[in-house]
Amino acid sequence: MYQKKIAYLGIFAAIAIIFGYVESLVPFFAGIPGIKLGLANLAVLFVLEKYTWKEASLVSSVRILVIGFLFGNMFSILYSLAGAALSLSVMTLMKKKSGFSILGISVSGGVSHNIGQLLIAALVLQNTGFLYYTPVLLISGVITGLLIGILTQEVLKRVR
Amino acid sequence: MKKKEILFITGILVFALGLWAVMAAVRRGSYGSIRITINGEEYGTYSLAQDQRIIIGDTNICEIKNGKVKMTEADCPDHLCMKQPAIGSSGGSIVCLPNKVVIEGEKTAGSGDESPEFDTVV
Repeated sequence: MYQKKIAYLGIFAAIAIIFGYVESLVPFFAGIPGIKLGLANLAVLFVLEKYTWKEASLVSSVRILVIGFLFGNMFSILYSLAGAALSLSVMTLMKKKSGFSILGISVSGGVSHNIGQLLIAALVLQNTGFLYYTPVLLISGVITGLLIGILTQEVLKRVR
Repeated sequence: MKKKEILFITGILVFALGLWAVMAAVRRGSYGSIRITINGEEYGTYSLAQDQRIIIGDTNICEIKNGKVKMTEADCPDHLCMKQPAIGSSGGSIVCLPNKVVIEGEKTAGSGDESPEFDTVV
């Protein structure tokens, strides 16, 4: 059972990395800079549903580090880690406490991911001028979270 | 989807839209300024907040209205500067080549110049 789980987590991490790569090929989603679908979150959300937050954070960290070293830089890793950490914490909390379905959890994850990135950007840049972008990021977090939630729901129905 | 999830999502959206409205209102209140130069020398800096007519040297006249500036009169033959679109605090410039008059919009904080640079965020 233990080996099986390791193998599965490896597969999910690989899927997340591929999703992240595919997304980096498409710079803009819906024509707004900085907005992306967050396809990789599909794998993380799936793991969160199937296992616990520990496995999900493992998969998430592996994905961020690999993608970061392959295609990004120190800062992109930092931003991603901030977003993912907040997003995963909120999603875990939501899963345990709120009684939300996968859709609500995904939306809360998408929104908190964007908030996490804004916060770390404010810290790194020592500047609040870009915070006017917050409403756009909140709304896009809802939309992308909803889309990913629907996708994950469909995948969960079919994969056991 | 459950009722409280819809409530949750609507809450976020309403909050975001409210924030947007507040920010737009704040930004509308803070006008930038324009700088006018003739032949490279500074002629003056004017706030966009109050509507006024500025006589530039004895060749051109520009008018500030609703936070935007437009060249209204020029004695040059082609009047190209008068056909250029009005500029505001988001930057841009109106140039009258024959008279060497340049009107530049000066960017204000939060009007787009601090837009974060997005590189690969994964």
